Amino acid sequence: MSGTYLGMPAFPEAARKAVGDSTLRGNLRHATHTIRDKRARAVAELDDWAALREAGKQIKDHTLRHLDRYLVQVEEAVTAAGGTVHWAADADEANEIVARLVEEAGGGDSAEHEVVKVKSMATQEIALNEALEARGVHAYETDLAELIVQLGRDRPSHILVPAIHRNRGEIRDIFRSEMSEWGRPAPENLTDTPAELAEAARLHLREKFLRARVGISGANFVVAETGTLVVVESEGNGRMCLTLPETLISVVGIEKIVPRWQDLEVFLQTLPRSSTAERMNPYTSMWTGTTDEDGPRTFHLVLLDNGRTDTLADEVGRQALRCIRCSACLNVCPVYERAGGHAYGSVYPGPIGAILSPQLRGTGSDVDASLPYASSLCGACYEVCPVAIDIPEVLVHLRERVVQGGPAVRHGNRVVLRPAKGHAAERAAMRAAQWAFTHPGVLRTGQRLASRTRRLHPRTLPGPGRAWSGSRDLPPVPAEPFRDWWQRTHGGKDGSE
Amino acid sequence: MRVALFLTCVNDTLYPETGRAVVGLLTRLGVDVDFPMAQTCCGQAHYNTGYRHEAEPLARHFADVFAPYDAVVTPSGSCGAMVRELYPRMGERARAEGRGDALAATLAPVVPKTYELTEFLVDVLGVTDVGAYYPHTVTYHPTCHGLRSLGLGERPRRLLEAVRGLELVELPGAEECCGFGGTFAVKNADVSAAMGADKVRNAESTGADVLCAADNSCLMHIGGTMGRLRTGMRPVHIAEILASTEEEAAV
Repeated sequence: MSGTYLGMPAFPEAARKAVGDSTLRGNLRHATHTIRDKRARAVAELDDWAALREAGKQIKDHTLRHLDRYLVQVEEAVTAAGGTVHWAADADEANEIVARLVEEAGGGDSAEHEVVKVKSMATQEIALNEALEARGVHAYETDLAELIVQLGRDRPSHILVPAIHRNRGEIRDIFRSEMSEWGRPAPENLTDTPAELAEAARLHLREKFLRARVGISGANFVVAETGTLVVVESEGNGRMCLTLPETLISVVGIEKIVPRWQDLEVFLQTLPRSSTAERMNPYTSMWTGTTDEDGPRTFHLVLLDNGRTDTLADEVGRQALRCIRCSACLNVCPVYERAGGHAYGSVYPGPIGAILSPQLRGTGSDVDASLPYASSLCGACYEVCPVAIDIPEVLVHLRERVVQGGPAVRHGNRVVLRPAKGHAAERAAMRAAQWAFTHPGVLRTGQRLASRTRRLHPRTLPGPGRAWSGSRDLPPVPAEPFRDWWQRTHGGKDGSE
Repeated sequence: MRVALFLTCVNDTLYPETGRAVVGLLTRLGVDVDFPMAQTCCGQAHYNTGYRHEAEPLARHFADVFAPYDAVVTPSGSCGAMVRELYPRMGERARAEGRGDALAATLAPVVPKTYELTEFLVDVLGVTDVGAYYPHTVTYHPTCHGLRSLGLGERPRRLLEAVRGLELVELPGAEECCGFGGTFAVKNADVSAAMGADKVRNAESTGADVLCAADNSCLMHIGGTMGRLRTGMRPVHIAEILASTEEEAAV
């Protein structure tokens, strides 16, 4: 996956910094609560929400089960419609293909060094912009929030609202200081009102839409029976990128397929309500190959695996591939709300990122091994997920993989993963607890010892115990455990021990 | 009906008053409740931290201890959810690992007869007015596993609303997690503490004397945060409120 995030610290460390940043906390709290409440109202309007959710889940599960067949069908349909299909096993292959296609499309003028982009998670996942930059091609993000992130030399912190960690004042400052370096500068007297900020972005971007020869996009859906790609967006920048350039290159994860055109009726209801709390999103662009005298002359579809087949091999974890990137789970997550997106060390933050990144990338790095623990397992994510991904179930499954290792598929090969480092003390404690809990007499002796020594217990703990007592008082140990009281008062009428 | 109390290891060791309250309450309602002394732990902490295989002997032990009873009552939403939601999943996983149906078959009998306390009161005994008296202002925090895994819904609130002398006030952001999350509380201590502080601030804003929940693990975290922040509010388990009467008042 993306090299941009290599060497990120483990989640707890990154989250500690975020929790102490009051501006960030305020920005996130305001934004997540606003969108969370709006989503709840938008979903409550539909009587058949539960049925739509179940249908979405089943369509995705069916497609994933028969992905071999549907992928070939997509290739045939797109080719028949005048497009060209490319297959990329990993990020490097995908970047190589796109870079070559951009070079081939260049007409020898300055425009060949520029491409315009529709917001796309897949291209962020493979760090396409960085790969193109290394070859002297500048990729301009045209989604407003992505533009803010790109101009600010920042990273996205949310799937749908990548600049959720920024407030209006910060955005004005970024526009004022950075726009002039890349094109039309921001107006002298730019204020922080949303309309003025949007107008400044519109003028800045318009030049690029009209000049660029190549557009790059992802897709929300690919319809297998027709070879149609679908992009769902709010700003119209997507429509510009998809129609104005001569060449369009779409990089799409292989899990984005739906079998039939009619399947869209489910997702075009659940996606906008779950993501932006809209009944219908403003722009839904659909295209099938190329059309004479209209839109791009050349269309390339790059189908991206990059860990998805490995994920599909895992019986419990594969449900993560149902994800339609709505980000409802981020907006409702109490951990995301306080830690922010950057702490997850991945383009996929929040609960879905905590189960997707360690599967796509493996659990080898510090941050990936820590992500399955970045949740209190409260279940709010599962409750709002429009394709019913049981995120807590997958988190616990991945925790097991981290501490116990076990069978997995990596790069298409069956392997047995070794447990991650740093869990030896915890494992020993868990085994000791297991021994005590399967020997009630041992448990009782421990409880009595704790009760008898209770006046000696400190109010705070040293060493690793500070993780608890740094912010919370310890509960006092009672004079006698319940079981002693029971035996004293009820004579241990059961008597089994 | 033979009813067993599964108190949970946390309550047995740290919150015996909750256990005494459940026994007092059920006895008052005419239930002959037993506490099988061989009981220990449901295995939730092991399972949720990634030690599913280590949790299996604890689950088997639970099934052995409680198999002879008609109903098992527990004053913990998360331990109840462990048995009801995750024991079947443990059986399925063992089967998927090629270890046959033995674990699933051992665990299956205890799953449907395990009830969280408020479920047992409302669904099995069919009572919402348990004859309690508790002259305090109380706000109720629905704990996550009770709310989302077990679907306790309005049961705890209906029980509390029927308590004489009790004034129930709305907790803002009630359905947001308090930040305990088992080992999450120490593995991600900073985020956990921030969630706990927000929960306590919301609780304080209600002006209630008492924050009530149906799970002492969450209350240990919320109460520990209240103590550190010197709020003057108290965490109280719902069983202690429901056990309280004019004659035998809980503190």
